[in-house]
Amino acid sequence: MNQYETVLILTPVLTEEMVREAVLKFEKVLKENGAELVHQAHWGLRKLAYPIRKKATGFYHLYEFKATGPAVDKLELELRRDERILRFLTVSLDKYAVAYNESRRRPKTAKEEVNP
Amino acid sequence: MITNSFASVPVKEETRKKYCRFRKNGIRYIDYKDPDFLLKLVNEQGKLLPRRLTGTSLKYQRKVAQAVKRARHLALMPYVADGLR
Repeated sequence: MNQYETVLILTPVLTEEMVREAVLKFEKVLKENGAELVHQAHWGLRKLAYPIRKKATGFYHLYEFKATGPAVDKLELELRRDERILRFLTVSLDKYAVAYNESRRRPKTAKEEVNP
Repeated sequence: MITNSFASVPVKEETRKKYCRFRKNGIRYIDYKDPDFLLKLVNEQGKLLPRRLTGTSLKYQRKVAQAVKRARHLALMPYVADGLR
């Protein structure tokens, strides 16, 4: 089971409630396929650096999970099918990435965090 | 005997020793999700800075390139920009 990280951008025309519903939907897809959700982060509405599908802003959401290969394929199939998703990117994490994410979540330990 | 003490000494622009900032600070992973760190590695037009200017080692330059391209894909960073600073 490798560790993956998916960032997705939802179209800004959604209401707050619909955004939550979409986020829960993909969480469910992950759980159904036996993925273990490590961390989730919602960046909220952000300005896009360039317009995607004529939209200038989007809701960003991040999933960090442990899963098998087929589970990721199913997730991506769902992401492609859902038309509310403007764009998504799934990335596999190596041990440095996992350590980095871990260190970002832990409050600044006494040892000064070297990684900016 | 004319001394040419006035001859201007060719001023060699003082080139400080470039070093790989990733190896020096012990950074092992370049996160594609925080654009403000990546903006330091990109010029005004949003193009990647070459190694000869930044002095980054090949291993980390590839990681930087990959991170920047991922950030661009997620619209965290522009593909083309004017006056990015």
